[in-house]
Amino acid sequence: MHELGIAQGILDIAVEHARREPGRQVRSIQVAIGALSCVDTQALAFGWEAVARGSVAEGSRLEIERKPGRGFCVPCGQELEVRELGAPCLQCGHYQWLLISGDELKVLSMEVL
Amino acid sequence: MCGVCGCDGQEANHEHEQEHEHVLADGQVLRHRHGHDHGHDHGHHHHEDHHHEDHHQGQATLVRIEQDILAKNSAIAARNRARFARTRTLVVNLMSSPGSGKTTLLCRTLEALRGHRPVAVIEGDQSTSLDADRIRATGTAALQLNTGRGCHLDAAMVERALSELPPPTEGVLFIENVGNLVCPAGFDLGEARRVVVLSVTEGEDKPLKYPHMFASADLVLVNKADLLPHLRFDLQQLYANIARIRPGVPVLLVSATTGAGLEQWLGWLGPPSEPRAQA
Repeated sequence: MHELGIAQGILDIAVEHARREPGRQVRSIQVAIGALSCVDTQALAFGWEAVARGSVAEGSRLEIERKPGRGFCVPCGQELEVRELGAPCLQCGHYQWLLISGDELKVLSMEVL
Repeated sequence: MCGVCGCDGQEANHEHEQEHEHVLADGQVLRHRHGHDHGHDHGHHHHEDHHHEDHHQGQATLVRIEQDILAKNSAIAARNRARFARTRTLVVNLMSSPGSGKTTLLCRTLEALRGHRPVAVIEGDQSTSLDADRIRATGTAALQLNTGRGCHLDAAMVERALSELPPPTEGVLFIENVGNLVCPAGFDLGEARRVVVLSVTEGEDKPLKYPHMFASADLVLVNKADLLPHLRFDLQQLYANIARIRPGVPVLLVSATTGAGLEQWLGWLGPPSEPRAQA
């Protein structure tokens, strides 16, 4: 839904860091998108192409690393992978788990040339 | 390593006998031949020429960043939060789908708080000032934000609103978000508490269908309780569904029309509390 806004956020970070590498273009950018972050990766890639036009990142490749959701199940006392909110713990079937990670939206690195 | 093709120079026909050209960054075109036993041309210092070297080597550099994409909103929300701490204002972000009865409930709440606690409201809608007008009719200061095509309020909008509507000292600031069970959940406004309103005409499975909203709630208000006799609504099923998404969250059954549950809701609002810890 806000993939364009997220793409713009990625661009802002890329431009800020590219300023420290004058004369160089961004060739690719690596981002981590959590499985529970509700971001459509296709829409994001499309949005990226659009927002990067005319910038130091024009034509660059957006590399998306999907991060799985991780939760802690209170009844089990164990960490587990979670695919979506509202899903039961695969070990014990209860719904008493706390989200540890999986909703991150992060720029990890970028390649400049 | 061959500076032209990057190999180790062992392959056949490796002397790059054919003439080839380089286009330098400034547009200059150079044409020449290379051989591995060659000395450098006097007027053409390949390895010292910066652009030329870059063109040959094509070395990309990896820049480590590790930065949160939504950091901007988080930073502004933190500023808002600090401002609310200075004025000791309890800030409540009210969210729901359109038509849950948020504004009616809010008007009822403001009438009950008037004279007891300073209050103010920031209203969010795509269009019109209809809700802010209703709030003002209760004698409460209100500022209307119109998002146009936007579907949620964000920290920057709230920060701008605060320049016109200062947060009430030792009071409560209600932010009535845009009616939407999806997007507002993702945007920290700097609030202390998130209250999600759900009416009994919306179905028991709403929390399962919109988990991110309910997972972020500090309190769920189940509104329009007065309509229960007319509906086949399973309240226990709703409570079970909420517990699946947000175990342990308090849930209050209320009616903005009859005033049922209002005492408990006001009790929950209580005295100003500590700002909500960042998730």
